[in-house]
Amino acid sequence: MLDDFFIRALIAGIGIALVTGPLGCFVVWRRLSYFGDTLAHSALLGVTMAYSLEFNIAVSIFFISSIIALILIQLQKKTNLPSDALLGLLAHSSLAVGLVVIGFLSFIRFDIMGLLFGDILAVNKQNLLTIWIGGALILLVLKLIWKPLFASTVNYELAEAEGLNPDRAKAIFTILLAAIIAISIKLVGVLLITGMLIIPTAMSRNLSDNPKKMVLFSIIGGIMSVLIGLFSSLEFNTPSGPSIIAAALLLFILSLLKIKQSIQLKN
Amino acid sequence: MNNSILVKLNNAGFRHRDKWLVEGVSLEVHKGKIVTLIGPNGSGKSTTAKIVLGIYKNIKGTVEKYTNKIGYVPQKIAIDWTLPLRVNDFMVLTDDINDDAINEALNLTGVMHLKFKNLGNLSGGEFQRVLLARAISKKPELLVLDEPVQGVDYTGEIALYELIKKISDTLNCGILLISHDLHTVMTATDHVVCLNGHVCCSGSPTDVARNNEYKSLFGEQASQILSIYEHKHDHVHSNDGEIKKN
Repeated sequence: MLDDFFIRALIAGIGIALVTGPLGCFVVWRRLSYFGDTLAHSALLGVTMAYSLEFNIAVSIFFISSIIALILIQLQKKTNLPSDALLGLLAHSSLAVGLVVIGFLSFIRFDIMGLLFGDILAVNKQNLLTIWIGGALILLVLKLIWKPLFASTVNYELAEAEGLNPDRAKAIFTILLAAIIAISIKLVGVLLITGMLIIPTAMSRNLSDNPKKMVLFSIIGGIMSVLIGLFSSLEFNTPSGPSIIAAALLLFILSLLKIKQSIQLKN
Repeated sequence: MNNSILVKLNNAGFRHRDKWLVEGVSLEVHKGKIVTLIGPNGSGKSTTAKIVLGIYKNIKGTVEKYTNKIGYVPQKIAIDWTLPLRVNDFMVLTDDINDDAINEALNLTGVMHLKFKNLGNLSGGEFQRVLLARAISKKPELLVLDEPVQGVDYTGEIALYELIKKISDTLNCGILLISHDLHTVMTATDHVVCLNGHVCCSGSPTDVARNNEYKSLFGEQASQILSIYEHKHDHVHSNDGEIKKN
């Protein structure tokens, strides 16, 4: 069964959606979408490092993204530039440097489109293993830091005052973000990963009245996006990553109808 | 007496950039006692509370804390629209208390009917009652309440202050209260600390009401809530916050 490339793509996509659902909620709640983008852009540098040093791709992406996150935290402390400018600086410079390095590595053939937009149909068995084991670890750690992370998302000072150590939870969450980007780069690519984190979550917000429901719907929305996107990419011969994100957008637009309804009910 | 102590500040202060928000504050909160901080806007009341809570870490002086069962009602909480949160979810934010404890706390503050309402849809007064319910539901040893009745109507305000007094008696917890309401300060408090960037005066409510510093901060009328007693200023505050000796 796993020999069929399409089945492998489905299993990989579902594995990713299970993790991007809950992480995406925190990205939206904590207003980190551009931060996620920056980490994802820097992933390209990680890929080039992996190729030139013949190293595991997921591990080197994780490594580079974590370093970029640390650099960002240092820059935030040391300069007076606002956070969004710093994020833009890091996102685009790491993307540019990554592409320049690829230019130097002319002896290796890169599938640039695959890196930027994902190549889920080329997922092999080892990738599946990385996604499911890595994903399970991410979810486990997220469950362990859920209380302090969630409490400090609602109110940092409340969490700090009542002894929950929000700073540690925040640092660990940053590492989890780098990790999900590392294992999902094959699915949707550098440029579209943040979409996978945010769009199903945005859809889910329109349907939920409490945080647990929002996480659940966000996972379901992600899985549906993967299914619809992959089947339509097979049917219409469109690129898989953009198809998944386009499917997520479609679900989001449908969820707006529900919001319109509830606003009408209120009036 | 000493084994009843919950938290103690020794000459504590906090500086943000070049400005001392508050300095030289010493106070103690004991089990079953209510300590109230009063003072004008920007006098360092909330800052002092945050020093006590350990939210501000790089402080001058020391904080000795003898409990970590703490309930906190912050002055302001803004819940983002992107985060759907019902009262029920908010109650278990920092501690996994059971449903009975949730109901008991909501009943005490009179907001049981809001249990499944979204926090974003509550009025100011309702929100304050929920904040208070959450803080007491975990049966803390130390309660820190930063303006806990803001936005609550007058009758509700009296009821809530009576409730705070009752909580301190039944739970035998210490309370650090920040309040604008001088009437309450006078009736429900064991110890008053009057702040204006530093401790202007402190003592029992009656002592403080007689203090001239207090009068110059809150006006003659305020001090007429209790008796009038003249004594000498040793310094004045200029508008830029500087302290001049007389």
